[in-house]
Amino acid sequence: MAEKLIGTDIAPPDLVAKITGRARYAEDFRADGMAFAKLLLSPMPHARVRRIDAERALSMPGVLGILTADDVPQRDAPAEQCLTNEPVYEGEPILAVAAVDEATAAEAVERIRVDLEPLPFVLDPLESLRPGGADAHVQGNVIVDREWKSLKWTAEEFASAEAAGRLPMGEPTSEWSHGDVDAAFAAADLIVEETIVHQSVTHHPMEPRSNMAFWQNGKLHIFASTQSTARTRAALASALELDLEDIVFVAEYCGGGFGSKISGSTVMQIPALLSRKIGRPVMHRVTRYEENYFGRARPGFQGWVKMGFRADGRMTALDLYLVEEGGAYGSGDFGTAGAVAHLTYTPENVRVRAVSVFTNTPPKAAQRGPGGAQIISMLEPIVDKGARQLGVDRLAIRSLNAPGSDVRFGPRLMGLTSVHAREALELGARTFGWDEKRMLSGRRNGTKVTGVGIGLSPYTAGSRGYDGLMVVRPDGKLHVHQGIGNLGTHSIADTARPAAELLGLSWDQVEIHWGDTSLGVPRSSNQAGSQTTHAHTRANHAAAEDAKRKIQEVAARTLGGAPGDYVLDGGRVFRRGSRGSGMSFADVARRAIELGGHFDGHELPDDIHAETVTAASKVAGQGLVGVAKDNYGGDGAGVYSWVVGFAVVELDTETGVVEVVDYTGATDCGTVIHPRSLGAQVLGGSIQGMGMAMTQRWVFDPKWGVPFAKRLYTARPPGMLDVPLNAQWAAVGIPDPTTPVGAKGIGEPPVGAGAAAITCAVADALGGRCLCRTPLTPDIILTELEGLRKPYSPTATHIG
Amino acid sequence: MATIRDMMPAFELFQPATVEDAVALLAEHGREAWALAGGLDSMDWFKDRIKRPRVVIDLGGIPDLTGIQERGEGLDIGAMTSLSAVAADERVRSRFQLLADAASQVATPQIRNQGTLGGNVSQDTRCWYYRSGWPCYRAGGNTCYASAPQAMNREHCILGASRCVAVNPSDTAPALVALDATMDVRNRRGTRTVAAEDYFVGPAIDITRMTALKPGDLLTSIRVPADWAGARFYFEKVRDRGSWDFALVTVAAAFRTAGGRIDQARVVVNGVAAYPVRLHDVERLVTGAPASEETAQAAGDLAVQGARPLKYNGYKLALMRNLVRRAVRSAA
Repeated sequence: MAEKLIGTDIAPPDLVAKITGRARYAEDFRADGMAFAKLLLSPMPHARVRRIDAERALSMPGVLGILTADDVPQRDAPAEQCLTNEPVYEGEPILAVAAVDEATAAEAVERIRVDLEPLPFVLDPLESLRPGGADAHVQGNVIVDREWKSLKWTAEEFASAEAAGRLPMGEPTSEWSHGDVDAAFAAADLIVEETIVHQSVTHHPMEPRSNMAFWQNGKLHIFASTQSTARTRAALASALELDLEDIVFVAEYCGGGFGSKISGSTVMQIPALLSRKIGRPVMHRVTRYEENYFGRARPGFQGWVKMGFRADGRMTALDLYLVEEGGAYGSGDFGTAGAVAHLTYTPENVRVRAVSVFTNTPPKAAQRGPGGAQIISMLEPIVDKGARQLGVDRLAIRSLNAPGSDVRFGPRLMGLTSVHAREALELGARTFGWDEKRMLSGRRNGTKVTGVGIGLSPYTAGSRGYDGLMVVRPDGKLHVHQGIGNLGTHSIADTARPAAELLGLSWDQVEIHWGDTSLGVPRSSNQAGSQTTHAHTRANHAAAEDAKRKIQEVAARTLGGAPGDYVLDGGRVFRRGSRGSGMSFADVARRAIELGGHFDGHELPDDIHAETVTAASKVAGQGLVGVAKDNYGGDGAGVYSWVVGFAVVELDTETGVVEVVDYTGATDCGTVIHPRSLGAQVLGGSIQGMGMAMTQRWVFDPKWGVPFAKRLYTARPPGMLDVPLNAQWAAVGIPDPTTPVGAKGIGEPPVGAGAAAITCAVADALGGRCLCRTPLTPDIILTELEGLRKPYSPTATHIG
Repeated sequence: MATIRDMMPAFELFQPATVEDAVALLAEHGREAWALAGGLDSMDWFKDRIKRPRVVIDLGGIPDLTGIQERGEGLDIGAMTSLSAVAADERVRSRFQLLADAASQVATPQIRNQGTLGGNVSQDTRCWYYRSGWPCYRAGGNTCYASAPQAMNREHCILGASRCVAVNPSDTAPALVALDATMDVRNRRGTRTVAAEDYFVGPAIDITRMTALKPGDLLTSIRVPADWAGARFYFEKVRDRGSWDFALVTVAAAFRTAGGRIDQARVVVNGVAAYPVRLHDVERLVTGAPASEETAQAAGDLAVQGARPLKYNGYKLALMRNLVRRAVRSAA
């Protein structure tokens, strides 16, 4: 009898390699004659290259060549080139040198003289919006309708905002609304209003974005660190103007990306281009220092929010203004922030205004729960402020405002497939023990005071329409070809499990093929937006249904009867009720090869993507081929998962130090595929959020325009001693009705939950005072507790 | 010249087996030599190509520099003894828990295994302007970037500024000052003994160095006298996160009490100046006073008299005051 695979723990197929160190990450690959590249980074936040004198470098023994911005595909800003003659942040790569070893390459870079013309720069979006403020690009500071524009607000707006200690709010570049917020505020029983600052934090994955490349017979072979596989190859093909099939893309493991390596990274092009130029393989090992600059960061927000409540706690109006730090090449996660805020509280009257301003800070990118995590961690303590003033329980106010499956939200009033936020709140409260633990609020123990907080966080969790590809080979096993990346989750295995279960196989009868496009990989989603579990359980389910039909057909053709008479179990197909007869999958595979045609992949469905056709052609003839597009439908409805975080903190009133002593994360993410892996995501993501709220930071010197906190020890992501060891998690487990497996994604919503549970618990420990900024480091908290004059303005960011 | 980081340049490596050989090498190579202990501070400098010694003398192969010897109730700790060995040593724990506490709060378990007591007390400041290779006073230049009007300086000093506003990052340094430890420093001319309080120097004394070590000098041993063995100790390190972090402010204190009265006291604070600051006035105030909340309050207030915050580190006054109070309270 085959195992039940959905909902049980397994050891993922890459586990042993990771534990023993045999796993090959990008920088572990080697090729004959491999050279090493080092980069010359811009020493200024904004400048123009006037002249490069590389003679002293190129004449060094062992130096093999140089790549400059003139050698790379040209792009107009805000599109980003891998090397530039007009750096728009300190640390932007200007050129690369290849040499026989890294020491020589580094020495060569040091010998290069770059004559730079300094240009005006700006770090703080609000400074750029001031009259006379600098623009980050010579073309402007915002993009409106695809055109650069230099947007300046009036001196009066700044003056009145500063007098009131609130965010200046001039002309936005994005605005949407529903209902009538002004009328709703007029009718509200309670209004709360705050200026908020969410910091920008670097991604700093453990593995930097190193990669190696060489050319052979006109094909580019590249070994990279990326979240996705099929989609990263496609992105690289587009960037380098190559045919997809002219790239052999290998990415077996990824030491973390968190949104910074979705489809690779811009610097990934450098070894490919340098290798083509010098005719040798080129390895580029990115350093931690470089990762700080071009390893991407979550954009920060300076914002303002006004909430209107009815006496019972129902939020009737939400008015949100976000000024986003767009960084060197822009960012738009304010859009998700507004939508997530609307979704979480479902106010009938909502207005979201925003402006994303280019700044001369390193480039921004999605970071696990982009937009959503920031806004949830900022808004949740303000909701608590409302609850406190109305005398409404903080769990109750969330349940009251949280949506059900009939929700419509965001600028276009999108619907969702399923929402069980209230169930997650109930489950989380039960698991955590909210009724008892909320009584701890305000308890004093010596100099320590306890705070309790809840953070409710939704995020996107699915997509549709991708392809699945799998082969039952004559070894009797199911070989699942995955075009998705192995980004540190267990998606490569977990999305194959519904397929194996559908075919009645046990887990040891399944082989996963991943991480190398030459193996044949189907059209796949990006490993982003937490869509993989949803998208690829569907795609693999579709391909498995195709395989099942074919197996039944092969059995019927071989043994007689109708296909529908046959059932699959334990690696055999047999007539219902006569397990002893029938065929093994090995026999089925051999028979499928004999039969050819659609059985072994020589004939393919019409609706699969061209990439899948190519991949299927590679496996045709290997056995019985299951290949199909996800046609399960549901287009138009969004897919969101939810995590609610509950935290207890102890705040030392004499030091400002916050210790997280208890945490529970509860999720609505549909059917649970792999409990252990799910728990790791719920708690791991929550911890990432706690770090964002409490310990991480990115400090810039405003005079020189350069970042500090470049190292892990100064950037301070949370460590083992910063998180509670007894954290718990739980899952509602109600299947999403619109997908055959019922599973939704989980990677991102925990971040906002973890962060918001902390911002709320800290505010609770402070007696309800919301500091409305991150990070909540001891200096910030102690300044508040001691009533010291704040050395920063209400909108200041990147300080420390 | 373009800047490149995280790529260690070549140097000539010596691995002497005796203190005599190490001292001879240091004398021979003078300012071009770098004495390498655990390497946690050194490697950062080398990898960033900011400090580029021509010669590196690795002290890791000198058995005489490692180990803890008893001297009566006192202890002689070899400069190359690992921080984890110091923290775990039964004699250290039973007599000088203050030092064990301090050593056990350094960075991470891996760093404590590799890092040494001698290295921990001799490490350079972590001022991020200076560590980024900026040409500041401490680096031989003619400005301090960290005290500029817009500068980011929450982690900088509130006491003892003299052109430079950097702080001493060591966790064990204040504990050793509180314990009246002495440092044995060898050079070609012989051995001298330096009181811990004098080992750490501020910018007014030498703006380019954190310690009394000069080129050619080698710290060989840290001697903890019996004076404070078994006293009441208080150590607290306040930092941004629980692991792998330098202190914002640290307090290390030792007390002898009788009948609720403080008979003797040592109170030292680090993270507030370029050297661990021994609070003589506070010690005088609390000596002979009851270990009461009133004494604690007064001690805290006195501790921060004369402290001058920079733009972003005003909180350090409150933090230092509160930590001194807690230390005094602990004597009750």
